[in-house]
Amino acid sequence: MAQKTIENLEEVTIRFAGDSGDGMQLTGTQFTNTTAILGNDLSTLPDYPAEIRAPAGTLFGVSGFQIHFGSNEINTPGDHCDVLVAMNAAALKVNLQSLLDGGSIIVNTDGFNDKNLKLAGYTQNPLKDDSLSKFRVYEVDISKLTALALQDMTISGKLIDRSKNFFALGMMYWMYNRPLETTLDWLKTKFKNKPEILEANIRVLKAGWNFSETTEIFAVRYDVAPAKLPPGRYRNITGNQAVAWGFMAAAKKAKLELFLGSYPITPASDILHELSLYKSHGVKTFQAEDEIAGISSAIGASFGGALAITTTSGPGVALKTEAIGLAVMVELPLVICNVQRGGPSTGLPTKTEQADLLQALYGRNGEAPLPVIAASTPSGCFDAAFEASRIALKYMTPVILLTDGYLGNGSEPWMIPDLDALPDISPSFVTTPEGFQPYSRDHDTLARPWAIPGTPGLEHRIGGLEKQDITGNVSYDPENHDLMVRLRAEKIERIANDIPLAEVEGAPSGDLLIVGWGGTYGSLKNVVARQRAKGHSVSHLHLRYLNPMPRNVGEILLKFKHVLVPEINLGQLVKVLRSKYLVPATGFNKVRGLPLRSAELEIEIEEILKGKR
Amino acid sequence: MTTLIEDLVNSTAGIPAQKYSAKDFATDQDVRWCPGCGDYSILAQTQRVMPDLGIPKHKTVFVSGIGCSSRFPYYMDTFGFHSIHGRATAIASGLKIARPDLSVWVVTGDGDGMSIGGNHFIHLMRRNIDLNVLLFNNQIYGLTKGQYSPTSEIGKITKSTPFGSLDFPFNPASLALGSSATFVARTLDRDPKHMQGIIKRAAEHKGTSFVEIYQNCNVFNDGAFFQFTEKDSKDETVVFIEHGKPLIFGKEKEKGIRLNGFSPEVVSLKDGKYSVNDLLVHNEKDTTLSFILADMTHKPHLPRPVGIFLAIDRPVYDREMDRQISFAREQRGIGDLKKLFTSGDSWVVQ
Ligand code: SF4
Repeated sequence: MAQKTIENLEEVTIRFAGDSGDGMQLTGTQFTNTTAILGNDLSTLPDYPAEIRAPAGTLFGVSGFQIHFGSNEINTPGDHCDVLVAMNAAALKVNLQSLLDGGSIIVNTDGFNDKNLKLAGYTQNPLKDDSLSKFRVYEVDISKLTALALQDMTISGKLIDRSKNFFALGMMYWMYNRPLETTLDWLKTKFKNKPEILEANIRVLKAGWNFSETTEIFAVRYDVAPAKLPPGRYRNITGNQAVAWGFMAAAKKAKLELFLGSYPITPASDILHELSLYKSHGVKTFQAEDEIAGISSAIGASFGGALAITTTSGPGVALKTEAIGLAVMVELPLVICNVQRGGPSTGLPTKTEQADLLQALYGRNGEAPLPVIAASTPSGCFDAAFEASRIALKYMTPVILLTDGYLGNGSEPWMIPDLDALPDISPSFVTTPEGFQPYSRDHDTLARPWAIPGTPGLEHRIGGLEKQDITGNVSYDPENHDLMVRLRAEKIERIANDIPLAEVEGAPSGDLLIVGWGGTYGSLKNVVARQRAKGHSVSHLHLRYLNPMPRNVGEILLKFKHVLVPEINLGQLVKVLRSKYLVPATGFNKVRGLPLRSAELEIEIEEILKGKR
Repeated sequence: MTTLIEDLVNSTAGIPAQKYSAKDFATDQDVRWCPGCGDYSILAQTQRVMPDLGIPKHKTVFVSGIGCSSRFPYYMDTFGFHSIHGRATAIASGLKIARPDLSVWVVTGDGDGMSIGGNHFIHLMRRNIDLNVLLFNNQIYGLTKGQYSPTSEIGKITKSTPFGSLDFPFNPASLALGSSATFVARTLDRDPKHMQGIIKRAAEHKGTSFVEIYQNCNVFNDGAFFQFTEKDSKDETVVFIEHGKPLIFGKEKEKGIRLNGFSPEVVSLKDGKYSVNDLLVHNEKDTTLSFILADMTHKPHLPRPVGIFLAIDRPVYDREMDRQISFAREQRGIGDLKKLFTSGDSWVVQ
């Protein structure tokens, strides 16, 4: 056996790509969990087609999963990958553009037969010409080796074919020096009652590992040391799971029942799936007949005294709009979580975008202000959901929580918080009829009382017609309407007193301020760090509270010569900043359904700094 | 740890319903329906029945959508929610699932419930959430000043259909039955006694109770149901269906309904050919029969059936949800968030 050398790497990005039926998401998730437990910092990005099982071998059927991990701080899934695992010709074709020059390709040669090549649009086999000369190509007949590993088992060819992703996984575990245990344990639980599948997968996984160990093809393997994360207990978490848990934590802190009314929609359904698991926690999930019933049922539950939420994506928010207005009018607590995806209309259901900000801020009839909060990292979704709930309950208002497909499906290590240390949420139900008025207001917050059915003596009526101040009776009085419109706006404005001031990352003044919001946080952070390393005067402000904004945002903006607002839309936050603070902020906008790429943004920044823009 | 709702429910559990009178359910708000509107009678009968139900006022909630009927909650001194068009059923569903301890009523109309809220309506029926739905059917849009509705007869001339409407109407009872409702009834605004009886039965039913009430809109569709409600015609045009009783109608109770195959037909009890023993006997537990009876609605040669079409038991959604929660807690213990967060794969960084 040839002597294998071990090299140390600080970080690496691997992309697994294959047919949507090849189990690439599973492979990626397994690699991620193992890597997380090893203590690397990491960030992942699933990239899959909207079709569940697109025709095999086609370009549009390619499903990918990218993981970026390292011994240093990892903020994004990586613009490009160092290693591409391609299970067939289409997977190679679609993903080659993401591979860095000099990167490695591990191909399953069986996926490059004439039919595969034709479906992928290759006129000649790229493995046979010199089109891949910029890369290191490792050719492995994964299909055949998988079949060999299982040859003495009497299982179907289909099952054999479906195990081949574990061969690839075994190879990557070997190459990056990761143990098999996490995946073996997972397999044992998952296929507890299917001993044949269990056995087959274990064999193939080990075969992939052993093959790599013995073959002459791989001369080097790599070590990636654990990252120096702040001390604490960690687990890997996706944004969608973090949102679900954030709501559960808020309900627990508030001593309320959690009610979710929701309708399945990509990429938000995982929140519904997650919360549906927790019956023993008293979580009530209601899969409604449509988006409107999803939010309406939540409004009903909120009237009844629950922490009520509804989860959806952009098109669903469009359908819920009228009901959001009702929640504004009746001033009931509610969180609407929008896991944004590419729009308009059905758009790009499985791709990410930030183009629903203006919808969140303004997309309702009448003057209907509400708080808008955006999560900026997958694990940060927990805090964002918790904070959205806190504000909804304290101010008796619907709150829109924005995440996106990248945050929702992406994952990273999450430091498990101490539940007792989370901020208190203390909603109070009115309990006595003395002096009760449905639309009287708290002196500080302007919140109206939460008087829930079942409380003797508090019988009252609410509704979507304009309310008379204090009594809540229906009122068509012009002066009263003007007053109520202003009161509802003032109530939301006052939340600015209850949220932290915005903090600039980097120097508090200088040549250029990058302002972002939502899922672009990691990319912007990296870009700014690199710019500063180059000696450029660039700082970063990432807004979590989009409405109301922290009190000091205007002040911060004025301390920089230029303000650049990169967004995955055509310039929505920049519009708000320009109109609100009268600053000549400019936008940097790419709307490809993908996270922002650092390199392009850096070019833009340097042009600005050179005075060319 | 109990939730705030559990605390409230427990602390108020002992409070009995007072001896209410109908007046106790009236609010201080001026009732704003047009004088002579059928809604007044429905409000009066509901207020009359409420004291008999033995449910405290503070445990009762009326939820409505938009339309003339939907003003109803403002006039009931209970908890109330006047919501948005078509969504009362969905809002009430969420409320009842969150709060199975409440008695929740939905007030809707033919536009609100059958048109814009049609989807929620059918799904509520099949889910069998323990709500009581009162649908005021006046076969017209009143609040928007007189357009035809999804229950208007075909050819209806209105402002939006000056040449007559083209679409065939829904029969709400058949729609509810077709959506697997467990309690379906019809009553009349001008028959207070009958309406009181039906509302009471609806309240007692466990699961979704659907009551269609023929309601006269004297401004935009006056007399739409007079043939079924007025003295000089109703004996001939209406057959009251009652559990265990043969279907008999006519001024002198001289006519009956008999099944010819699956088709109901009118027979005379006078000409010696048929006797009461030949007549169809109503069974409100029989789903097949309920379809046949409800289907008589749009058949001009048959009298209009009024009464309870169906009243059967089926698992109730909100109770089943509570059962699942109790079961999960028996199996796994009450959920502990701290344990959940550290479950599965986690690791410590020193
Ligand atoms: S418009 Fe018709 S239904 Fe509406 S209140 Fe007047 S009479 Fe009643």
